[in-house]
Amino acid sequence: MDEANLRERAKRIRKNIVRMLSISGSGHSGGPLGSADFWTALYLGGVINYRVNEPDWENRDRVIVSAGHYAPVVYATLAEAGFFPEEELWTLRRLGSRLQGHPVKGSLPGIETSSGPLGQGVSVAVGMALAARLDKKKWRVICFMGDGEQNEGQVWEAYMLAGKEKLSNLLVVIDRNEIQVDGDTEEVLPLEPLVAKLQAFNLEVVEIDGHNVSKIVEELRRGSYRSEKPTVMILKTVPGKGVSFMEGKFVWHGKVPDAEETKLALAELSK
Amino acid sequence: MMKKEMYLVDDFELIEKESMRDGFGQGLVEMARRNSQVMVVCADLKESTRVERFAEEFEERFIEVGVAEQNMVGVAAGPALSGKIPFAVSYGVFSPGRSWDQLRVSVCYNNANVKIIGSHAGITVGEDGATHQALEDVAISRVLPNLVVLAPADAEEARKAVGEMISYQGPVYMRLNRNRTGVVTTKLTPFEIGKAQVWREGNDISLFASGAMVVEALKAAREVASEIDVEVVNVATIKPLDKDTLINSASKTGLVITVEEHQIIGGLGSAVAELLTEELPVKLKRLGMKDVFGESGSSDELLYKYGLNYGGIILAIKEFKKNK
Repeated sequence: MDEANLRERAKRIRKNIVRMLSISGSGHSGGPLGSADFWTALYLGGVINYRVNEPDWENRDRVIVSAGHYAPVVYATLAEAGFFPEEELWTLRRLGSRLQGHPVKGSLPGIETSSGPLGQGVSVAVGMALAARLDKKKWRVICFMGDGEQNEGQVWEAYMLAGKEKLSNLLVVIDRNEIQVDGDTEEVLPLEPLVAKLQAFNLEVVEIDGHNVSKIVEELRRGSYRSEKPTVMILKTVPGKGVSFMEGKFVWHGKVPDAEETKLALAELSK
Repeated sequence: MMKKEMYLVDDFELIEKESMRDGFGQGLVEMARRNSQVMVVCADLKESTRVERFAEEFEERFIEVGVAEQNMVGVAAGPALSGKIPFAVSYGVFSPGRSWDQLRVSVCYNNANVKIIGSHAGITVGEDGATHQALEDVAISRVLPNLVVLAPADAEEARKAVGEMISYQGPVYMRLNRNRTGVVTTKLTPFEIGKAQVWREGNDISLFASGAMVVEALKAAREVASEIDVEVVNVATIKPLDKDTLINSASKTGLVITVEEHQIIGGLGSAVAELLTEELPVKLKRLGMKDVFGESGSSDELLYKYGLNYGGIILAIKEFKKNK
C-alpha cells in the first residue's frame, strides 16, 4: 500500500465532489467529503474484489450504499477507480444522466441497489449475505450507512436478523460524523451509547479514525471475519473534512457551495 | 353459458371449498421441488400464510425474520438481486401495508425479482376486525411501476399462479383469501398473467370480478339468467389489465359492474373505470367497500352487510339493469 498515493487520490476525490456539487447546484456536501478517506481505502486500497470492465462479475464483493445521499463520494470514487470517465461526473443530477440524485441500480456500473429512503440498504445487504452463504460464495457484503440513518427502525430490524444469522460475511460501516439534517445527532435523537447498543444486538463493533486511510485499509483487509458475528465499523469522521468552513457544521449536510465558496474549497484542497 | 374451454366446475352443487392460501402453499412446495432458486422470507406467520411445509422441506431456503415486515421485504430484495426467487409472505395489511416504501424502492425501483404474498385479503378475514382486513392493498400496489398485481379467484388458481409468478421475471404482488372459498377452476383451467378470462358468456351486463367475488358473481349470474343474460369475467390480473378482453365484453353489453373484496377507491373498480373512461365510456357500477373500514363479524355476515355475497350482487344487477 502506497499511503501517499492513497492520500493524493482521496484529495482528488474530494475536489471532484466539490466540483460536481458546485455544477449541479444541489446535493449533499458534509457526508461525502467526510467519508472520502473511507471510500478511497475501500476501492483503491486493494481490499475488495471488483472488475471495472465487468461490473456484474459474479465473485465481486457487494458494496451497498444504504445512505443514498452519499452519491457524490460514491460516484467520484467509482470514476477514480475507472468504472466510467471522470467527465461524466459533471452531469450529476442532470436530465438523462446516469448519475441520478440518489444511486440507481442499472443506471451506473458499480451500483448494487437503488437507495435514498434511509434504512433500506442494510436489509438488502443482509439478504445478499444470506444468499451468499446459501450458495457457499466467498464474496463479502459491505453496507455503508450514515449515523442519522440509525434513527430508522428498519435498521434495527435488520441488525437483529444479522445477529441471529451470524452473518460473518457482512460488514456494516457507519459514518459517525454526528450530524444530520436538523442538527447534531445527539440533539435530534441521541444514538449514544451506540457501541453498546450495537453489541447488544450481537454485532462485533470496531471504532476507527475515519481519516486514517492506512488504518482503514488494514481493518478492511482483516475483513469482516473477525468473529462469527457480523461486524460494524464505526468511522469517526469530521463532516465536510478538508474544507475548513464546512468542517463539523450540520448546515453543510445538504447544502452545496456557491461560486465563491467553491473557489475557496478547491484552493484549500489543492494545498 | 359457462365457457367450455375454461374447464370450470359448472355444477355448483359439486363445488368444493378450499382456501387460496392452501392452494398457494401447495403450489409453492411443488415449484420449490423443481426450482432450487425459490426461497421464502417470512415475518412470523409461517403457519397462517401456509409456508410451513416449505419451511420443513427446504429449511436452508427459509428465512424467518420475525415480526418485521419492512425488513422482510428489503431482505427479500437481496437474494433477488443475486439470482434467487424469494417469496416474501405476510398478511396484506402488513405487506404491502407496512412495507410499502421498501416495496417501492428496494423491490420495484430495483426491478428485483421478489414475489410478495399478502394473505388475509378482504373483509372475509372476519372476526379479527378492520385492522386485519386488507382492503387497500390493491390500491397501494397497483400504482407502483414494474409491479404486477394478481388476485386469483380460488385455491386452484392460486396454486397455478405460483408457477406463473416464478416463470415471470420481475416483482409480483399476489393477494389471497384466508377462508375456504368455492373452487370452480380445475387442473385444466388455463391461467396466464395479464389475461382476464370470460367464464360465463352473456349479452346484457358484464360483471368484472376478482378474487373470491368471481364465484359469487357466477352464482348471481345463474340466479338471474332467466331475466338477464350476465357475462362474468375473472380479472385475476389487476395489473396489467387485460384491456382487449374487458373492452370486448363492455362493447358487447354496454353495462359494466365490478365486484371486489377491496375499497372501490383504487382497486379493480378504479382500474376498470380508468380503462373505460379513456377507451369506451359505458355505464359502470362498482361493488366493494365504499370508503369505509370493515369490522368484526363472521365472513358471511360481513359479505351480506356490505352487499358482497351473490344476493347483494343480484340486487345490484337488477337495479342497474332497471335504471340503465
